[in-house]
Amino acid sequence: MGSFAYVAPKSVAEVTGLLSEIAGSGSRAQIMAGGTDVLVQLKTVDRSARTLVDIKGLPETARLEIGESETYIGAAIPSAVLNENADLTALFPGLTEAADLIGSTQIQGRASIGGNLCNSSPAGDSIPALIANGAVCVIAGTGGERVLPVEDFVTGVGRNALADDEFLLGLKIPNPGPRTGDAYLRFIPRTEMDIAVAGCGVRLDLDEQGICTAARVGIGAVAPTALLVPKAAEALIGTAVDDAALAAAADACSEAASPISDKRGTVAFRRKIIGVLMKRAGAIARDRAAARS
Amino acid sequence: MAEATEFKAIGTRPVRPDGVDKVTGRAQFGADLNLPNMLYGKVLRSPHAHARIRRIDLDAARAMPGVHAVVSGADFPGAQHGEIGGEGGGDVADVAKNVMARDKVLYHGHPLAAVAATSQAIAEAALAAIEVEYEVLTPVLDLEAAMAPDAVLVNENCFTKNLPEPAEKPSNIASVMTLARGNVDEGFELADVIVEGEYRIPMAHQGYIEPHACTATVNESGQATVWTCTQGHFALRTQTANILDMSVADLKFIASEIGGGFGGKTVVYLEPVAVMLSTQARRPVKMVMSREEVFRASGPAAGSCAKIRVGAKKDGTITAATAWLAYEAGAFEGAPMGPGAMCVFAPYDLENFRVEGFDVLVNKPKVAAYRAPGAPQSMHAMESALDDLARELNMDPIDLRLKNAVAEGSQAAYGPKFPAIGFRECLEAAKAHPNYQKPVPEGAGRGVAAGFWFNAGMESSAEVHINEDGTVQIIEGSPDIGGSRASMALMAAETLGVPYEKIRVLVGDTEASGFNNVTGGSRTTFATGMAVIQACEDIIAQCKDRAAKTWGVDADQVEWEDGQAIPAPGVNAELKPLTLAEIMKTAARTGGPILGRAALNARGPGAGFSVNFGDLKVDRETGKVDVLSFTAIQDAGKAIHPAYVEGQMQGGAVQGLGWALNEEYIFDGNGVLENPGFLDYRIPVASDMPMIDTQIIEVPNPSHPFGVRGVGETPIVAPLAVAANAVRDAIGRRVHDLPLSPPNVLAAIEEG
Repeated sequence: MGSFAYVAPKSVAEVTGLLSEIAGSGSRAQIMAGGTDVLVQLKTVDRSARTLVDIKGLPETARLEIGESETYIGAAIPSAVLNENADLTALFPGLTEAADLIGSTQIQGRASIGGNLCNSSPAGDSIPALIANGAVCVIAGTGGERVLPVEDFVTGVGRNALADDEFLLGLKIPNPGPRTGDAYLRFIPRTEMDIAVAGCGVRLDLDEQGICTAARVGIGAVAPTALLVPKAAEALIGTAVDDAALAAAADACSEAASPISDKRGTVAFRRKIIGVLMKRAGAIARDRAAARS
Repeated sequence: MAEATEFKAIGTRPVRPDGVDKVTGRAQFGADLNLPNMLYGKVLRSPHAHARIRRIDLDAARAMPGVHAVVSGADFPGAQHGEIGGEGGGDVADVAKNVMARDKVLYHGHPLAAVAATSQAIAEAALAAIEVEYEVLTPVLDLEAAMAPDAVLVNENCFTKNLPEPAEKPSNIASVMTLARGNVDEGFELADVIVEGEYRIPMAHQGYIEPHACTATVNESGQATVWTCTQGHFALRTQTANILDMSVADLKFIASEIGGGFGGKTVVYLEPVAVMLSTQARRPVKMVMSREEVFRASGPAAGSCAKIRVGAKKDGTITAATAWLAYEAGAFEGAPMGPGAMCVFAPYDLENFRVEGFDVLVNKPKVAAYRAPGAPQSMHAMESALDDLARELNMDPIDLRLKNAVAEGSQAAYGPKFPAIGFRECLEAAKAHPNYQKPVPEGAGRGVAAGFWFNAGMESSAEVHINEDGTVQIIEGSPDIGGSRASMALMAAETLGVPYEKIRVLVGDTEASGFNNVTGGSRTTFATGMAVIQACEDIIAQCKDRAAKTWGVDADQVEWEDGQAIPAPGVNAELKPLTLAEIMKTAARTGGPILGRAALNARGPGAGFSVNFGDLKVDRETGKVDVLSFTAIQDAGKAIHPAYVEGQMQGGAVQGLGWALNEEYIFDGNGVLENPGFLDYRIPVASDMPMIDTQIIEVPNPSHPFGVRGVGETPIVAPLAVAANAVRDAIGRRVHDLPLSPPNVLAAIEEG
């Protein structure tokens, strides 16, 4: 385990001030929520000294609010809390299923989707589901708050748009309409306790005739960052999300992917799989949308 | 073997004596021991898969505050060549060089120095301060490259053994082996159908959850005590003594509880290093491998390539078979090529066959045993070929095997004539099993395969002490890795006629117990059990003597029944039976304490056969394989504790399926393992597996008083081919190589 100092500030200003101060002194700070990625990294990957800034105690990171038109999920809320909230799972079944895939039941008692996003792994399960749902990051810094769409947040493997004095407060997600459905599927060789070889989130709206009027598709683990795939959405919009439309969306996802070959899968395998996941997640989202109306 | 098979204790399913402490966390495993003034030992490991050590400078590490000992290869006496017997077998000098490299490092992770310091952080800093100059050499990373005539040599002094003429130049082929009978050319001429295939299986890990760990302390007179998690503390003591040129009398080994071994904890890695560090430091030294170290530098199962050819007549009679089997030994000779070659055709009565085996050096970790070492690799190939043959002949795969199955009196392909065995019984049970009668589910395929393992006997000792209240203490020396304390207690209960609950079992350390070879080769219930039974018989004889003295009769006028001495028929009927407790009350007057003992080299372990089948579903769009159902049928001879026999069958099935589906060592081009952890080395998780159905067949082993056969290893053999054959059935194409991982299976589907 690398050496570290630990602080647990009680206000947003205190956090941003501390981050700014540590950065200014040339030292390293790292934000911690559940710590399920941070502690593993500190033990095995990068043992360099740092100050862990625990943000779990802030009201802004712990707040879960289902509003009229949008839902706010604090960045430090454990996945288990999201998964056990019946209102939330009814609104965003795909997103909460993604949160339910992160680690084991025990890990989910600590792990947050905010942390999953800030860890900025290409394979983070919540990220494609957040992108599909049009989620927006609420970011706090010394200069105040700003917002940024999730698809613009992650900038590279393990890198994101947060400046040295910034941290993620929470996520704002537009609530589903009367005929909206979302879904997230990932591919792993096992049934659980694994890391995505590819992942696909889909959210779509149907009209009363069952024609898709809006769609968003996010894909993960097939490029350096999770991606929004507008062409896949275009392939669905205006259709009944039938097999042909899903196949076209699948092709768009395969095309948008720029995967690597590694121990978890080859380029060809990942391209193929992301398309399969698109078809399957798209069908689930469609059926959920139809069932809601 | 008595005909009467009405047992009172044997065949029941009591709770294991060590169970409560294990589920409550009280049990002490390898890393649980801490001693006052203890230091932490850490190992410097090679960053290269193949390199010459030009220079190693330990001075800076030695000078660091908090560092109390630093050792490298030069600190270890050169061990003499000599065989280490048993399942963790090999050459002592090789094991010594594997523990600490001398002039060359032979795999990524090969130890070349070690330190002991007051904290783990200081120990790590000291490792970083050791300067090593390497001459990096080209690594030899696969069988083809290693066996090529102009191959780079892993060991310049390795000359192929067992060639018809002595080898003239060194080679990576450490040894060869041939087994043959009849005339295969003539046999193939007689065949109506011939199938052939080439099958590759990468190195795989046993998947034990507990990493290697030990603590050693050496006193000023040079006497060492070592606590370690192992399958055989006597064997590790012998190895450590040889490597350090010590007397075994100066080494006391204490086996902790063990969190899995499966063959992988039968050789030393840390123990001689910890003893050497403690000798220098004069303080206790604890060493615990990280998971990554376990993967990189302890012994996996050998990678293999098998080429099989089988010919048969239209009725299924096999007329000839050949097998070419190459195994990766890792950096030192000793791949399980021999057992692999001896097992490949063992279940079948063949007139004409030829097996060639190759033990091949590569720059990868030295392989170790893994349940039935060598057999899963070779039998995966044969059982796959038989599946192809059954398809060609349009025969049920069980019928094809029945047509050729060995039975009592058959000459085994590896030599001896089989005594009573249960292979045909397993095949018939499989055919009649309700799961086999069920239709194959939509989208799935069904696979059938047989498994075989010789099982081992070897040396065991046991003592039985009768306590003053008539309760029983057994002392033996076989680490309990699969419920053997319970089995020992059941066999003692049966023999003595005493309730299971009144018996305690100690796995004694090397000073408390007579010699016991490793818990390996599925030998413990068979061989140590036999010693316990004989020690109990010794007790009975003594108790009859004591009763005779009490009653004033001759010893032959006393019989033993239901845990009591009773007068023989016709002897004074007024005499009341004497229980163990009653005998003990007067023991001081009749001769003192009562202690029974036995020490033996158990013969006739009794071959273990199995037949497994399963239904596996393939996702044709992703290549993912799901196990829907799996049935394991095995001859246990006599199941002493049926729940633990079933547990062995289920555990072996899951390990075999994991090996077949997703497990593999993935090395990069420099010989660096890319998946040294359980995230990317994918053993199955519980939700990956259905309940494994089991059926125990009992064809008693004539060499054991209760008919026991070893059951620990056979279960892992058949599942590899069951999976391969089921996937073949599901997708209509054979995937020859393992694992049947999604990318490999999808590629096969798309080729088709």
